[in-house]
Amino acid sequence: MTASLEVSRLAYAYPDGTQALFGVDLRIERGERVALLGPNGAGKTTLVMHLNGILTAGHGTVTVAGLPVSKDSLKEIRRRVGLVFQDPDDQLFMPTVRDDVAFGPANLGLRGEELQQRVKDALTRVGMLEAIDRPPHHLSFGQRRRVAVATVLAMEPEILVLDEPSSNLDPASRRELAEILRSLDVTVLMVTHDLPYALELCERSLILSGGVIAADGPTRTILADAELLAGHRLELPYGFSVA
Amino acid sequence: MHVPDGFFNLAVSVSAGAVAAAGVAVCLRGARRELDDRTAPMAGLVAAFVFAVQMLNFPVAAGTSGHLLGGALAAILVGPYTAVLCMAVVLLVQGFFFADGGLTALGVNITLMGLVTVLVGWGVFRLITRTVRSRAAITAASFAAALVSVPASALVFTLLFWIGGTAPIEIGTVAAAMGGVHTLIGIGEGLITAVTVGTVLATRPDLVYGARGLAAPLVLRGADGDRVVTPEPEVRAPARRPALLFLLPGVVVTFVLAGVVSVFASGDPDGLERVAEDEGFGDQATDHAFGTWTLADYGDVAGIPVGVAGVVGVAATLIVAGAVGYAVRRRNRGHDRDRDHGRLSV
Amino acid sequence: MSSGHHHQLYRAGDTPVHRLPPQCKLAAVAAFALVVVATPREWFAAFGAYALLLAAVAVTARIPAGFVLRRMVIEIPFVLFALAIPFIGTGERVQVVGLSLSLPGLWAAWNILAKATLGVVASILLAATTEPRMLLLGAQRLRLPPMLVQIAMFMLRYMDVILDEMRRMRVARESRGFTARDARHIPVVARSAGALFIRSYERGERVHLAMLSRGYTGSMPVIQDLTPSAGQWLVAGTLPGAALAVLLGAWGLTGVWGVS
Repeated sequence: MTASLEVSRLAYAYPDGTQALFGVDLRIERGERVALLGPNGAGKTTLVMHLNGILTAGHGTVTVAGLPVSKDSLKEIRRRVGLVFQDPDDQLFMPTVRDDVAFGPANLGLRGEELQQRVKDALTRVGMLEAIDRPPHHLSFGQRRRVAVATVLAMEPEILVLDEPSSNLDPASRRELAEILRSLDVTVLMVTHDLPYALELCERSLILSGGVIAADGPTRTILADAELLAGHRLELPYGFSVA
Repeated sequence: MHVPDGFFNLAVSVSAGAVAAAGVAVCLRGARRELDDRTAPMAGLVAAFVFAVQMLNFPVAAGTSGHLLGGALAAILVGPYTAVLCMAVVLLVQGFFFADGGLTALGVNITLMGLVTVLVGWGVFRLITRTVRSRAAITAASFAAALVSVPASALVFTLLFWIGGTAPIEIGTVAAAMGGVHTLIGIGEGLITAVTVGTVLATRPDLVYGARGLAAPLVLRGADGDRVVTPEPEVRAPARRPALLFLLPGVVVTFVLAGVVSVFASGDPDGLERVAEDEGFGDQATDHAFGTWTLADYGDVAGIPVGVAGVVGVAATLIVAGAVGYAVRRRNRGHDRDRDHGRLSV
Repeated sequence: MSSGHHHQLYRAGDTPVHRLPPQCKLAAVAAFALVVVATPREWFAAFGAYALLLAAVAVTARIPAGFVLRRMVIEIPFVLFALAIPFIGTGERVQVVGLSLSLPGLWAAWNILAKATLGVVASILLAATTEPRMLLLGAQRLRLPPMLVQIAMFMLRYMDVILDEMRRMRVARESRGFTARDARHIPVVARSAGALFIRSYERGERVHLAMLSRGYTGSMPVIQDLTPSAGQWLVAGTLPGAALAVLLGAWGLTGVWGVS
């Protein structure tokens, strides 16, 4: 069976010469939920931008469910990789929730009843169906983040990539989002430095540091290794213990 | 303040509409060159930004405040084509959603506050920075560009009023009042524009359209000491032709400014009332300060006859703008000389 | 005032006016404004008839007079200007309660006040009965260049976000003891404007990335299509149609009666 996501020897330097990735290798199987941990400036966002072809690899390959990311495959790649941005206001750019969730599938060519059904299904999965005709800026922050997840789910992605999903959420919204993510039958890659959230949701974690994958293993094992965490500027919250 | 329905006759409204439509059509094509498929989101966000900064009131003189028009600022930050689109959209939204500015006067408003401020502002800016590539020059040019753009817009307003205004007011009165107040507002606009552009230059110089190609020179180390080389010009450098294209309206407006004001400014001041003068034409200045009439004084205080104040204001604007341009150009020639001798590494 | 800026413009309802397709309403209001502006200022009765037409629309749409009046404050600067014209106007002068006023000035003031007010009220009614996003859809249907419609859509979506950011910056300034009072404070305010621009621009870049991530290729997908029926066009045409009838009627009367 082909992996949901396979990244091999990925290296990238920005146009100004700063190199951010130095040969990233990772493989995520279908149905896995994986956390990508790393300190600020480790290259997490740069890596994420490669997954749906916003940045193109300087060296190496990214393959999504067997399809390599290239100029010709961009449209299909962007359907398969659902990116949820950190600030839901960036993601929800249309005047109403309905239009916003419909934007992706409409770009895929869906119209009419089929499109409306897709929108309703996606909103149901995140528990936001009743907000379908409201403008995004009338929703609470947590609700907006759930709708942002729905905009991506509506494209029926192979893999869901979330950038700091727990940031700025109050404890209740945080728990609600975790429940939603657990209920989804989709491969998830979660970029975060919220270590307890990673532990709660993901069996497996990767540490990206200095532009390479520095560790890969069960989340519990990684978080229990204080030396490893400290070596990559990662810290558990005060009073939190994995054991 | 936006021109409402009924202020200009139908002929002027319709022809200004045609001018605005043609200008926007040209800019729709040009904006694609400036921003390619980013046009819609970027211009939309910049339009929202312009809408927001138009709410920034600044004090013009004691008790009177004006607010930013933002045309020159937008032109320098995102390029003239995109700037015209942003201004046009801001005015369309204000007209249709906020009932601010008449629907039949949309053409007039887009021409005055979109086309004229952007074209004149960008023209002045390019004139000064065409050969200069330094941060100080760009900030100074931003000041001059915004400073000139506001009275230029007021002048075109006067011209339109002369052609098809519905109110029986001496054109000299209009020119003097518009020119005078808008020169003051121009100073505020110039200051805000210059500091705003300067702030953006300091943190994200790559975002300032007018500063494209302002990458830091590279230093080469060799046996004969450090040497500065100019980096390769950017692929998407601003086109050459528009510089002249944008300059022309600027010159025409300036000429008209001088001509109209001097010919008509000798109008009879007898019928003037302070209230009328201030409330009537100090529109930008008095939006937010009704009832404070300090600016009306320029008509007759200290024995200066009406009109003269306006002429003086306009002349002062041009002199300042010219002086800035001249100084910057001279400085630049100095830079070039230094560069040739390989001494200066900025 | 900065949050929820534009939804106050719209007043939800389910009336024949609300239900009309937006493009019909847009075209009707624009045509109405043109007819008003084209009407000679001496025809008082015609302006009265126009006002009655707008009142009829407002009643049908159940828009209370108070709502319209409150939104009309936007017109105040121009009302002040119009009131000033008789004082500074040229030409023959008349004495009104001891004041020397210009006769052509009085006519001009009346002309501007009447036409501007009718225009403002028509716009207010349009915005009050049409959701902002429907108004944009209508504009697109009327062949306004799609690029302009898209720019306006993004502007409306992010206007509140940016005004909120601006308000937060002002609060941050003021909580450190700064309030802008005179010209010396312009640089401080302008530096905030610079920061605001950077935030706006960077948000624009992120929005663009979010759009690309969902398959944007340069044009917006048509999600909702509205094609008005001939009947709806006819209903919307009532307003400018009636106004035009008034104008032509008044013109006919002046022809017959020789009223100037």
